[in-house]
Amino acid sequence: MAEEKNKYQSRRDFVSKAGKLIIAAPLIIIPVALAKKTETTGYVWQIDPFKCTTCGNCKTNCVMTPSASKCVHAYQMCGYCDLCGGYQRQGVKNISTAAENQLCPVGAIDREFVEEPYFQYTINEDLCDGCAKCVKGCGDFGNGSLYMQIKHDICVNCNDCSIARTCPSNAISRVPEGFSYIEKDKRKK
Amino acid sequence: MKKALPYIILVLLLCWHAVMFAQDRFPRPEFETDYVYPEHQMPTQRAPFWQYIDLAVLIGALIVTTWLALKKRSRQGLLWMSVFSLAYFGFYRQGCICSVGSVQNVSLALFNDGYTIPLTALLFFIIPLVFALLFGRVFCAGVCPLGAIQELTGFAPVKLPKTVDVVLASVPFVYLALAVLFSATNSTFLICRYDPFVGIFRLDAPYTMIIFGVLLLLAGIFVNRPYCRYLCPYGVLLNIFSRFAGKHLTITPAECTNCRLCEASCPYDAILPSNTEQVSEAPERSRKRFILYFLFIPLFAIAGGYLFKNLAPALSGVNSTVRLAREIRFEKESGIEAVTKSALAFKEAGQTEADLFAQEEFIINRFRKASPWAGIFLGIALGIGMVSLSIRRRRTEYKPDQGKCYSCGKCFKYCPIKVKSSNEV
Repeated sequence: MAEEKNKYQSRRDFVSKAGKLIIAAPLIIIPVALAKKTETTGYVWQIDPFKCTTCGNCKTNCVMTPSASKCVHAYQMCGYCDLCGGYQRQGVKNISTAAENQLCPVGAIDREFVEEPYFQYTINEDLCDGCAKCVKGCGDFGNGSLYMQIKHDICVNCNDCSIARTCPSNAISRVPEGFSYIEKDKRKK
Repeated sequence: MKKALPYIILVLLLCWHAVMFAQDRFPRPEFETDYVYPEHQMPTQRAPFWQYIDLAVLIGALIVTTWLALKKRSRQGLLWMSVFSLAYFGFYRQGCICSVGSVQNVSLALFNDGYTIPLTALLFFIIPLVFALLFGRVFCAGVCPLGAIQELTGFAPVKLPKTVDVVLASVPFVYLALAVLFSATNSTFLICRYDPFVGIFRLDAPYTMIIFGVLLLLAGIFVNRPYCRYLCPYGVLLNIFSRFAGKHLTITPAECTNCRLCEASCPYDAILPSNTEQVSEAPERSRKRFILYFLFIPLFAIAGGYLFKNLAPALSGVNSTVRLAREIRFEKESGIEAVTKSALAFKEAGQTEADLFAQEEFIINRFRKASPWAGIFLGIALGIGMVSLSIRRRRTEYKPDQGKCYSCGKCFKYCPIKVKSSNEV
């Protein structure tokens, strides 16, 4: 009887030891297999403004409210127009800063007089909710100096960016840390 | 200018990219005053150095939890550990980075050449598994923020009927198989998308997510840790690794006297009672049953593989490219215009339909290759589950079921045996 028990005991030991080895194997194999594919720096999400179709998903789909994706301004490209397609609603009677004339639903664009006939438009990022209406306006009727970018101080860098998931033109992609932004004016030159 | 507008829009629609590059409609102004162009504000991400702080916190928390669960045997300490992890990984780090989601990064990196995995994500995947292999599921006990939030809200445990528990406990296996399949084919990150508590951590989420999370927490008041037990895909891996744990938390600090006081203490049904009084079966019979059940494993594996191979086209519907291609094809066949944003963007972008359909075919083929493996995994898991039912072990003491036990320490106070620590003697 004692021998019998011994046999079972040793068999059980063998099974558990073998199991341990088999189970431990992936813990070694996976890092080895991924050794070449591992990077010490992280990833960030980036919008390619040249692909963006200003669909408005950035405003509604980001996990942050307001969205981490905001409008930025490439001043070097801007025409400093008096009648700005990104600032004024289409078909306004007179050009003014009146709220009903503004395209931006949250009034996040500041219009400042520079010199005749130029006006500077500045995005107030605290207010901007990333609806991209001004980007569309500026792209359709202006120089396209307003464009969308993901602000990385707000972005929580989700594994699966929920804007990217629904971005119709696949303009959002995962890029290495160093390439966080595509600055439209610099890219052009 | 006004007359030219429709043409500009037309050209814009025809070749979006070309127009974008040549968008300078208005000359840049030549300022007469000394106007300076404002600087671009492009803030950077939290420094990568902080990721290593997260990693250090993870390892530190795992070591402390292990010490609290195995050595100190302090339920109070484990609770405080949960509070800390919930505060740090949950509310401060807002649920990202987390080990549960890292499964997908690993599978994406294993099967896709374009993606390199961040070192932190790889280590967040590996380290809790190493700890599970050494000390059991200490990660669940006090480090995982998802576990912590449920542990802290489970006030009134109710026991589920065994059958319900067993059926529900198979859900995580399916969830894991699908999550790995979808991320391996670069389609979607299922686990992150349906993470129930991340909305609560960020205090901001779509209402569906909040409702799901709150409902889970409400259910968790009675059926403790519902996400961990019946959904968590990473828990499947921890479960398997923990079964082979070198050292594991014990209910009693010394020798079990079979007093049965701990019997009903575990809300997770993870205490294996001693069964010395059980009538033993004829070894001949149990051996036959074992062999029979063992033969079921390859059968289930083949059946699972076959089933999932046939499911491949349906499963590939989660991929956005496949969905878009289906919509465009539907438009062509039925004449009903496609109106989704992606369809509109596709038309604007000027990609050809042939290209799109070729991409769709490629992705579906990837699914055809990958999904049988998901089925095989599920078949084998089911088979091994059945075999384990046929094995009857003699136990002379009450001990935790190493696969199911979260090392939460709720059973400690039920054990009447106390061991005086050496400094008290």
